[in-house]
Amino acid sequence: MSDAHMLTNLATAMAAGRVEVIDLTHTLDPEFPVIVLPPEFGQCAPFRAEVVSRYDERGPGWYWQNISMCEHTGTHFDAPVHWISGRDLPNASVDSIPVDAFVRPACVIDCSKECASDEDFLLEPEFIVSWEKAHGTIPPGCWVLMRSDWSKKTGAAYLNMREDGAHSPGPSGDAVKFLVEERDIAGFGTETVGTDAGQAAHLTPPYPAHYLFHGAGKYGLQCLSNLDRLPATGTILLCPPLKIKNGSGSPLRVLALVERSDA
Amino acid sequence: MTEALQRPPRKDPQKRTVSPTLPPNARSRRAVFFSAAAAQGRLMLQACSACDRFTYPPRELCPTCWSTELEWRDIDAGGVLISETTLRTSVNTYFRERMPWRIGTVKLDAGPVVVAHLHGDVKLNERVTMIARTDKSGQGVLMALPDKETANMADDKQLRELTCNPKHRRVLVTDGRSELGQKTVAALAKAGAARIFVGIAQDWRPYPGQAELAGMDGVEIMPLDVTDTVSVDELAGEIGGKTDILINTAEYVRPGSAMQKNGILTARDEMETNYFGLMRLIQAFGPAMRGRGADGDVSACAWVNLLSVYALSNWPVYGTTTASQAAAYSLSQCLRNDFSGSGVKVINILFGPLEESWRQPLPPPKVTPDRLADTVVHALTQGLEDVTLGPVAEDIVRRFREDPFVLERELRMSGERQAV
Repeated sequence: MSDAHMLTNLATAMAAGRVEVIDLTHTLDPEFPVIVLPPEFGQCAPFRAEVVSRYDERGPGWYWQNISMCEHTGTHFDAPVHWISGRDLPNASVDSIPVDAFVRPACVIDCSKECASDEDFLLEPEFIVSWEKAHGTIPPGCWVLMRSDWSKKTGAAYLNMREDGAHSPGPSGDAVKFLVEERDIAGFGTETVGTDAGQAAHLTPPYPAHYLFHGAGKYGLQCLSNLDRLPATGTILLCPPLKIKNGSGSPLRVLALVERSDA
Repeated sequence: MTEALQRPPRKDPQKRTVSPTLPPNARSRRAVFFSAAAAQGRLMLQACSACDRFTYPPRELCPTCWSTELEWRDIDAGGVLISETTLRTSVNTYFRERMPWRIGTVKLDAGPVVVAHLHGDVKLNERVTMIARTDKSGQGVLMALPDKETANMADDKQLRELTCNPKHRRVLVTDGRSELGQKTVAALAKAGAARIFVGIAQDWRPYPGQAELAGMDGVEIMPLDVTDTVSVDELAGEIGGKTDILINTAEYVRPGSAMQKNGILTARDEMETNYFGLMRLIQAFGPAMRGRGADGDVSACAWVNLLSVYALSNWPVYGTTTASQAAAYSLSQCLRNDFSGSGVKVINILFGPLEESWRQPLPPPKVTPDRLADTVVHALTQGLEDVTLGPVAEDIVRRFREDPFVLERELRMSGERQAV
C-alpha cells in the first residue's frame, strides 16, 4: 500500500465522475415476486407498507410508513445461518459477519447468452475456468456475480413458475464446490430470486448454492439488477445488510463502484 | 307485463349524483324480529300461542285474546290482493323521487290483512305470492308478487328497490385465482352483469383457469391483493366509483389450533386476508359505494361477504382460521352500520366446509364452489342479507340459535376426534 492518499484519490475520482456508482438494487415493491415454497411450508412475506401518517389527521406535518417484509424479500443478502449447513458457524448472522465482507471486489461472469437460450442453464466449473482464461483467476475473498440478465424479466417470466416448479438459471453443485474449495470466494450473487437455480431441489446436493456456500461460511446476494453494466473485473461491491439481531439475511441497497472507461 | 330493463346510458357527467334518501325506518322493538326474518328472506308473523291466530303488524299482545304469548312463525306466502292504489304524491322524499308507487292490501291465507308494496304485474282480486324483504332503510317490508312467474318479473321498478339484481351492474370479485372466484364470475355473467372486474393477486404466479377467465366476455382482470393496502387503494382509485356490487371471495384457510401451530405467522396471514383484507376493501371501496346508493337504475347496491359458518363459534380443527373468520364476521356487522342509510346492503353468506384444497381431508357434505357462486347470485337477485348455505352450516346455525354455549362444547369435542 504505497499510496498514502488512496481513499482521497478515490473520493476525488468519484467526484470527478471517473468512478461511477451503479445501483444493483430492485425497488422494494409489494408486487415484486418473492420465492414461493410448497404451500404447507412457511412463506416469504412480500414487502408491505402501511402509512402511519401523511400530512393528515394522523400527523399533520409529516409522512412515514410502517414497513414489513421477510429477511429474504427483494434484493437481499443471505447469511450462512440462513441454511442448516451454516447454523453452527461463528459470526454467521448478519449482525456478526465481519463488515469487511460487505466491501469487496467482484468478478462478473456473463452467462446472459446461455441463459437466454436455456432457462435452466447451470453454471459449471468449465465455464468458470474458460472465463478465467479471458479475465484472470478469480482472487480469493471476492464476490462472484452470475450475470443472467434475469433482472430484465418482469411478471410471471421472472419466477417462471410452472407445474413442475420454477425455471431459472444458477450454479451447479460442482461449480459451487469449485468456487469454495479452489477459489475461496467471499460470496455469490445472482439476478434471480435465489442464488440457486429454479430447479435446484433436484440437484445433488439439493440447493447446492445454499447448502455448500453457507456451509462454508460464504454469503449470498440475490435479486440483483444492472449486472450488465458491470465489467468482468474491477468492480468494488458495497453490500452491507441491515444489522438484524441473529438475522439470517436482509434486504439491502447494493452498490457497485466502477471505473468509467470513457472518463 | 314488466318492461325489460335496458342497460342505462352512460352517466351525464354534468349531473350531480343523487344522494340516497330512505323510506320510513322507524319500527317498534317487536318489529325488529320481522326485519331480521325479512333479511333472511323469511316471511314470518307473530302467532298467538293461546288462540293460534296470526297477527299483523307486530304487537305486544294478541288483539283477539290479549295473551302476551306471541311467537314468530313462518307463514304460507299465498294471499289475495283486495285493494290497491297508486301513490302520486308523498311527504317522504324517498317516495317523492320514485312516484308513481303502487301499494295495496292483501288478505293473507294465514289470516291477517297486510299493507304491501305491489309488483307491477299483480291485479286486484287475484292471487299473489308475498315476500318479506328489507328495503333501502334496512327495515322489513312486504311485497306482493304475481302468483306465477311473469315476463321480466325481476325488472319491476319497485322490486328492484328491494333486491340487488346484478343485471346491468358492474361487479368486483376480489379474488379470481380460486375456483370459487371463477365460478362466481361465471354466475354473474349468466345473471347479466354489465362488467365484472376480477381481482388477481400476485399475477407473477400462474393459476388454474387463467386463460378461460381472461377470455370471458365482460371480464376485466385487475391487479388486486387484499393483503396489500397500496394495491387495494390503487384499484379503488381506478374503479371505486363504478363498483355497484363488491363480492369478497378472498379467503385464507389453514388447519390447526393455536397450540398446533408453531409461531404466529400463519395466523397473521389468516388475519391479513380474512380480517384486514376486508378492512382494506371497506376503507377503499366503502365510501364511494355509500355515496352511490341511489345512483339510478344501476346504483351501488350490495357488498357480499362469504364467511365460514364457524365464524359463529370456534371450530378447533381450523381454530386460528376460525378466529379470523369470527373477526371478519364481526367486522361485517360493523360494516352494516357504516352502510346504514346508504341503501347498500351487506350480504353475509355463512357456508359450511367448501370443496377446495385446504379443506380436502374433511368429510362430506361439502359446499361446492359452483353452489356457493349460485347462492351469491340468488342472494343478490332476491335481495337477501343473511344466507346460510349447506347442511353443515344450517345445522350449526340451528344449534347456535338453540344455545351457543352448548354448541361451543360440541365443537370442542369434535375437534378432539378429528385431528387433521
